[in-house]
Amino acid sequence: MALLSKFDDMRAALQALAAGGRNPFDVRFEKILSATEAVLEGRPCLLFGTNNYLGLTFDESCIAASVSSVIAGGTGTTGSRIANGTYGDHVLLEQRIAEFYGKRAAMIFTTGYQANLGLISTLAGRDDHLLIDADSHASIYDACKLSAAEVIRFRHNDAEDLARRLRRLKDRAGNCIIVTEGIFSMLGDSAKLREIASVKREMGATLIVDEAHSLGTRGKNGRGVCEDSGVESEVDFVVGTFSKSLGAIGGFAVSDLPDFDLLRIACRPYMFTASLPPAVVGSVTAALSRISTDASLGERVRQNGSKLYRALAQEGFAVGPEPNAIVALKMPDKEAAVRFWNRLLDQGVYANLALPPATPGSLSLIRCSVSAAHSEAQINSALSIMISVGRELGILGPESKKTPAQVAERVPA
Amino acid sequence: MTDHVNSIEAGVIELLGHRVPADTKVTSETRIAGDLGLDSVAVLDFIQDVEDRFDLSIPLERMAEVQTIGELSVAIQTLKRAR
Repeated sequence: MALLSKFDDMRAALQALAAGGRNPFDVRFEKILSATEAVLEGRPCLLFGTNNYLGLTFDESCIAASVSSVIAGGTGTTGSRIANGTYGDHVLLEQRIAEFYGKRAAMIFTTGYQANLGLISTLAGRDDHLLIDADSHASIYDACKLSAAEVIRFRHNDAEDLARRLRRLKDRAGNCIIVTEGIFSMLGDSAKLREIASVKREMGATLIVDEAHSLGTRGKNGRGVCEDSGVESEVDFVVGTFSKSLGAIGGFAVSDLPDFDLLRIACRPYMFTASLPPAVVGSVTAALSRISTDASLGERVRQNGSKLYRALAQEGFAVGPEPNAIVALKMPDKEAAVRFWNRLLDQGVYANLALPPATPGSLSLIRCSVSAAHSEAQINSALSIMISVGRELGILGPESKKTPAQVAERVPA
Repeated sequence: MTDHVNSIEAGVIELLGHRVPADTKVTSETRIAGDLGLDSVAVLDFIQDVEDRFDLSIPLERMAEVQTIGELSVAIQTLKRAR
């Protein structure tokens, strides 16, 4: 049997996808022009699917910090944090993140994926129980596979279901560790953290919240849905990423746990990989400083998300449950999603094609993400193209007399 | 009596009836992921229905050992008896 025959189903699915136009896993930007524009297939393209929520990838202060860091510290650390890979700037960044969240300590990881992998798999030992939201990101599921603990899923965003499952465990030994996310990446819906934190408190569990999509996009000070929901003191660990709002790569975990630093010599995904290079540490430190001092970034991304969401909903698209920086369009089926995604690209708009089994409820989605850096004209332009493709493919009803700009203007942000 | 594996299996097959076409033949040997055209998310959603019906949680690592309807029914019976 051929070594890769186990992936025959995947190969067939990929071929079917590519037959609809482009291979969605092989989109190549020829040039990145800004946080919101690239060149694709020789033409300019609006970026509405890059999770560049605050548009900081081309921020002057972040680039300057990155350049001076690479010159001062070199291109890489060539080692892990527990060997030769800890520089003063790694420790400084950890202090800054801890200060930002008002927590005792922070650990930084080389990717956001590794932050979840490391924290969750290390905290949950053999006799413990992990209770994860059913719609959790792959990094949370993979962390569960790496952990020796028993893993139980609770219904998406359902605090009652979580409580029921915790009650079933009440006579069992071991700690119960709840894992959820601030904003869920596919539909852009927020966790019901007040209810979940209340169950956590009542049942004496530990709570981890992944704020990958909500750092900088939610909360008065950018501290995510935990801040927005007023539950920061109830959350034992916040996990996050540097690759979205902070415009680089890497991940982190923060906590008030007194012995938190002990994890540095127990957490294998932290210990056995090279640390972040100076250029990344430099830009992330600068980006954190930007979001700490400029509340308008968060306000703009929320306004832009709200504007796109409400305008698309008003035009008749089936959208996610609430406006956020992630705006998902529910397509009638997989084929319609593939056609829609290809037609958007034909007309110069890049969004994400999200298909089952990567989506909740086996939905076929066009997943858009907005940025604080998107101009009103860019949003109107993307909106216009989405509406025209929606009509062309029969997903929307007949044309109204309004222009997309008029649609956007009539909708309260 | 509810702990009897045959009655558990009948309950499991009834729940599956809501997720597969009406003329689908489901037996003890039917493979949940392989024979019914359900993707991995749909399988996990079906398991949540099963958990609600039998008032238990089936850990993911336990599910990884289960392939057929019969094996799932035995796993449910074992978990119910362990309580």
